[in-house]
Amino acid sequence: MGKKILLAHDHVPGIQGYEVYRQNGGYASVEKAIKTMSAEALVEEVKKSGLRGRGGAGFPTGMKWSFLAKPEGVARYLVCNADESEPGTFKDRYLMSRIPHILVEGMITSSFALGVNTAYIYIRGEYYYIVSILEKAIEEAYANGWLGKNILGSGYNLDLYVQVGAGAYICGEETALLESLEGKRGNPRIKPPFPAIAGLYGCPTVVNNVETLAAVPFIVNNGGEAYAQIGIGKSAGTKLISASGHINKPGVYEIEMGITVEDFIYSDEYCGGILNGKKLKAVVAGGSSVPVLPADKILTTPSGEKRLMSYESLADGGFASGTMLGSGGFIVMDETTSIVENLFTFARFYHHESCGQCSPCREGTAWMEKILHKMIDGHGTIEDVDLLWEIQAKIEGNTICPLGDAAAWPVASAIRHFRSEFEEYVKNPNSIKVVRHYDLTQNLVNA
Amino acid sequence: MSDIKFSEDTLAVANKIIARYPEGKQKSALIPLLHLAQAEFDGWLSPAAMDYVASLLNIQSIEAYEVASFYSMFNLNPVGKCLIEVCRTSSCWLRGANEIIEHIENKYGIKEGETTADGMFTLKTVECLGSCGTAPMMMVGAQFHENLTYEKVDSILENCQSDNKRKTYLDKVVINQY
Ligand SMILES: Cc1cc2nc3c(=O)[nH]c(=O)nc-3n(C[C@H](O)[C@H](O)[C@H](O)COP(=O)(O)O)c2cc1C
Ligand code: SF4
Ligand code: FES
Repeated sequence: MGKKILLAHDHVPGIQGYEVYRQNGGYASVEKAIKTMSAEALVEEVKKSGLRGRGGAGFPTGMKWSFLAKPEGVARYLVCNADESEPGTFKDRYLMSRIPHILVEGMITSSFALGVNTAYIYIRGEYYYIVSILEKAIEEAYANGWLGKNILGSGYNLDLYVQVGAGAYICGEETALLESLEGKRGNPRIKPPFPAIAGLYGCPTVVNNVETLAAVPFIVNNGGEAYAQIGIGKSAGTKLISASGHINKPGVYEIEMGITVEDFIYSDEYCGGILNGKKLKAVVAGGSSVPVLPADKILTTPSGEKRLMSYESLADGGFASGTMLGSGGFIVMDETTSIVENLFTFARFYHHESCGQCSPCREGTAWMEKILHKMIDGHGTIEDVDLLWEIQAKIEGNTICPLGDAAAWPVASAIRHFRSEFEEYVKNPNSIKVVRHYDLTQNLVNA
Repeated sequence: MSDIKFSEDTLAVANKIIARYPEGKQKSALIPLLHLAQAEFDGWLSPAAMDYVASLLNIQSIEAYEVASFYSMFNLNPVGKCLIEVCRTSSCWLRGANEIIEHIENKYGIKEGETTADGMFTLKTVECLGSCGTAPMMMVGAQFHENLTYEKVDSILENCQSDNKRKTYLDKVVINQY
């Protein structure tokens, strides 16, 4: 069994409630931080830990915190990004609904480190039921003196609120999220200025993912060094992986970074192998936005070593043969899967979710969906494959926010690694319905 | 529907939400208040409902329309009592989302986007709802229904029908494995 930090107490009955969470060491980091540490020392520990943002980009958290501007007399904000809409990702949902207090605790400790007096959790609207779980946890934290005025008699004040979204993937992008939190459409802002300088209401703001903030209590309790010891190299700590698709045991797994991809897919501790004894065809390792890889490339690096679950190893080979850890949304496809049809679901997604501000993204995502739709209807041509390739290449790097790139990469990688399948698909439209799913007359999931 | 106004209880909730934001930043409460309005006023946002929310926040009506039309959870037209939202993105598609959608279409003789003649069900397809590990899935109101089979879909929807109540995003939900 690998090291568990976030889900260490996942199986303790009642861990959702305050009493049990507290009995299992909960809120110790708030006590330690406020009573014995300075804000600077806390930021230093997070830097030492090597913790990187778990929302997708993997930016070093301590460094992000140290960029926060601190002009006299101006409010600062901490905003937790709980928008979680990247297809294939459901770990924040799991964490917040199972152990809501770990997020509340992480936010209090982090807010103290950042000198923040008001913090918000921005959660996607579809997770409405989790709002009440979080609000109950927050209420308990207030009732026990961890939130509100003069926390632990230190003179430090903090208010924490939950804000809901209303169905828009783009609101996971941090500046779109801030716009949405201000009651506007979720249109990403042009950066710079970065939120650390001008974020919510134009004030300095840190935006962090749920999982990132939930790792802070461990770091404060045990020291940054202890966290850095876990994992591998610059991929410190543990990562929550959302595993879905054609595997025997879909679900959320906390892994120590550095285990092999093979182990993750096939061992009984994790995914338990491919469903129905089929062969592995392809994996999207980090949520829909990262390049898809065929079986051989996801299992081994270009130099022939076993690929590991870490930022570096997954990216080994660059765009030619690598991918990214991203949000940890791990989608597994077996040998019966049509890459073209799967790609169509992504293309439709990005077209639906483009905010429409930049023409390469707005028009490009529309065209990619249209062409793939045409292919699926059996009217695609070889030229369409080239056209898809050209369109994706024109989006990448030409947009305000990274959604444009995120829409281009799945298309680029699918064609790069599976071009012959596209060619076969458009030549032989009648052979396309061979691929089929499962028997929905019986429940498949053994969980 | 001349009387577009929150009940006393809802108004109290709305005021509590408005108080969360700094002085002059009440517009931040717009999305939460639109959710309240949609739940209270028959599951959709009529222009009158949006005008009312705008008036509570001292903002222009157009600001409320702009926001309501951006977010996919807001319905700008009437919907059935039970809005069925089936996820169709990759992980759900891999495990049979298309078949689930077809099953519902055949069962009620409606296509995606349509409402049954009795006003009971509206069928909508949506993008990933964070249940990829328990695919295929659908939402009805705030409730996630996961690991769907035809039989499960039938029993869920038939229960909705006999229950005959409007389902909203603000309803209490039964928590499954999560
Ligand atoms: C289109 C798009 C969608 C995103 N969605 C999310 C999301 O759902 N959750 C999240 O934490 N970060 C998301 N991000 C990343 C955020 O912009 C931001 O980097 C992150 O919240 C920072 O937190 P972290 O450093 O703790 O990861 C998204 C980015 C883009 C471009
Ligand atoms: S890249 Fe797409 S989503 Fe991002 S700002 Fe431009 S149009 Fe909007
Ligand atoms: S793909 Fe359907 S819930 Fe994620």
